[in-house]
Amino acid sequence: MSMLPVNGSKSVSLINEYAPRRSFLSNFLRWEWMLVGLLILDVLINTRISPFFLDARNLSRTSSDFMEIGLMMLPMVFIIITGNIDLSVASNMGMSASFMGLLHNMGVNIWVAALAGLLLGTLGGFLNGYLVARIKLPSLVVTLGTYAFYRGIAYGFLGDQAARGYPEAFTYLGQGKVFGTLIPFSAALFIVMAVIFGLVLHRTTFGRYLYSIGNNENATSYSGVPVEKIKFIIYTLSGFMAALAGLILAARFGSTRPDIGTGLELAVITAVVLGGVDINGGKGTMVGAILSLLLIGLMRFGMGLLNIQGQVQGIVIGLLLIMSILLPNVIRNLSRLRENFTWRSILPAAVFLLIFILFFIFFFWSRASVLAGS
Amino acid sequence: MTIQNAPATRSTFTNLLWTIARFREAGISLFILILMVAVTLRAPSFLTVDNFEDILLNISILVIVALAQTMVIITHGIDLSVSSMIGLVAMMVAFVVKQNPETPGLLAVLMGMAVGSVLGIFNGLIITYGNVPPIIATLGTLTIYRGMVFYYSQGTWINSFELPANFKLLSKGTPLGLPNMVIIAILVASLVYYFLNHTRTGRDIFAVGSNPEAAQYAGIRSQRIIFLVYLISGVLSGLAAVLWVSRFESAQTNTALGFELQTVAASVVGGVSISGGMGTIPGVLLGALLLGIIQNSLTLIRISPFWQLAAQGLLILVAVISDRWILSRVERTKL
Repeated sequence: MSMLPVNGSKSVSLINEYAPRRSFLSNFLRWEWMLVGLLILDVLINTRISPFFLDARNLSRTSSDFMEIGLMMLPMVFIIITGNIDLSVASNMGMSASFMGLLHNMGVNIWVAALAGLLLGTLGGFLNGYLVARIKLPSLVVTLGTYAFYRGIAYGFLGDQAARGYPEAFTYLGQGKVFGTLIPFSAALFIVMAVIFGLVLHRTTFGRYLYSIGNNENATSYSGVPVEKIKFIIYTLSGFMAALAGLILAARFGSTRPDIGTGLELAVITAVVLGGVDINGGKGTMVGAILSLLLIGLMRFGMGLLNIQGQVQGIVIGLLLIMSILLPNVIRNLSRLRENFTWRSILPAAVFLLIFILFFIFFFWSRASVLAGS
Repeated sequence: MTIQNAPATRSTFTNLLWTIARFREAGISLFILILMVAVTLRAPSFLTVDNFEDILLNISILVIVALAQTMVIITHGIDLSVSSMIGLVAMMVAFVVKQNPETPGLLAVLMGMAVGSVLGIFNGLIITYGNVPPIIATLGTLTIYRGMVFYYSQGTWINSFELPANFKLLSKGTPLGLPNMVIIAILVASLVYYFLNHTRTGRDIFAVGSNPEAAQYAGIRSQRIIFLVYLISGVLSGLAAVLWVSRFESAQTNTALGFELQTVAASVVGGVSISGGMGTIPGVLLGALLLGIIQNSLTLIRISPFWQLAAQGLLILVAVISDRWILSRVERTKL
């Protein structure tokens, strides 16, 4: 993660983007509006395809599937805006949920166990923060290490056991609804948290510092901002939220296994980046991230109604992630190509197209023969 | 005067870099030695030829993919999709071999590399032509390729009895004294070493990673170099996939899940700088060896298998932190 956008081209584009140019049209060209458009499109398509889509009960159930990802996403927005990353969130979630499960299996009161889990997760975030902020190791390397370390501790705690038999008061956290409405408790918690995190990011000095660190960490540090402390805070916060998400996931499943939440870190990062937060830092909004979480959730729900396997849905989500950045760039490249067009510039494109076509012929040919046989 | 001075300062500067580079590898070697002594004291069976052959067999696939990952990281990129490329190629090759049991081993290897190259080309195109940051592009293809594995196999998998015997021997056979897989890994390592250090394109990879603008001014077509490293990453992942199917005698939908982080760990522990431009092949080999020894010795000294992942993660952290500590000490003494 380099965080020094010092070359000329970037600073020019920054000026363009942050200058007060709020014309009517430019507001609509913002990424957040694109996401809103995609959301509406998705809802329209889904209601057309399946009559079960616009069912309040279904929507309520599916929304609770994404709240754990959402809770981890909020501090991840902070971290990515500063130009860093946290790959360890899902492992941290597993570690704290497993710790809680272990204590529960030993007969400790569930609320004490949950508190201990929260503490351990926060400690995990603190360790990340210490290594990134104080020792100044690259965040990708640090959290890659703790990714293995925390997941390993989760396995160490529970082994091949599972913790189950949580009391109903606790499973309410993951399965309950708020006061007889259809809103899941976890969704209500997410909304409250999202508002808090959004206000902190967009309405406080702390939030401005995050952007400032993402744009130029050295300059921010020289102008007297306690960069080290801020990084500490956001990583610790990330650990706390991961632990909280872990508890809610455990409550929703009604049991904890050490592999709980494996791979969710990629879902979290996908939601943040699709939401328009620049992976190099310095750019992005909380609204965008929340919208993209909603989009991913509704798309997965719609595809689930069509009986598309969860893993195959990944193809669509992955393509969406890449396209969100790729398309504007390709359009720019194409318009440049039109200016100095020669027939030779077609050649590489044709070759690559041929390669991909051959690949897919092979893909379907080899697949058909085996699947027909079995 | 200044013209005369210039080469002199440059040579002391490169000397300094060399001492640091040597020191870095010395650091990890020392770490490996200490670990080996400690483990041998607890479990004497560690220091046997058989056990070392076992370690080498276990890290061969890791070495092959970690070398590709290293080249990518040197250009200041990252390829998170290697594990899914391995999963997809493994499944496709296993399907073909099951259908055509007479497929010669070499053809299976070539087929795997060809399929892998297509996946690598896709990554490379997105990153160079599409200008998508490598971490995003390969994060996307990580889920796309894994999704394709599921779509391709419809959730089924290939078992050991469905694969022909000569294909299973492809990785484990020992016609040359060592298992084929180890020999292939050594071959790939020497090829990559020669390529990175003694060819023009190889040096360009370092140039692109350490200073992209300077590389541009020096007339290096950095986009082509970047495209090339992702292509190589696809090809070597394809090779690794064939060996994977042959060694573990199965292809599943979750083949190599999470492997990408091991390859990054091997590179980074081996002293490859995540911000590009720096890294050596011997370092990466030592990094992979360290990971292999850790895994092996934890079993030997009877640490519960459930705590092994935690110990691995901890040791990676210790290696990276001590590397940083050594580096800062070196810089302080030189100043």
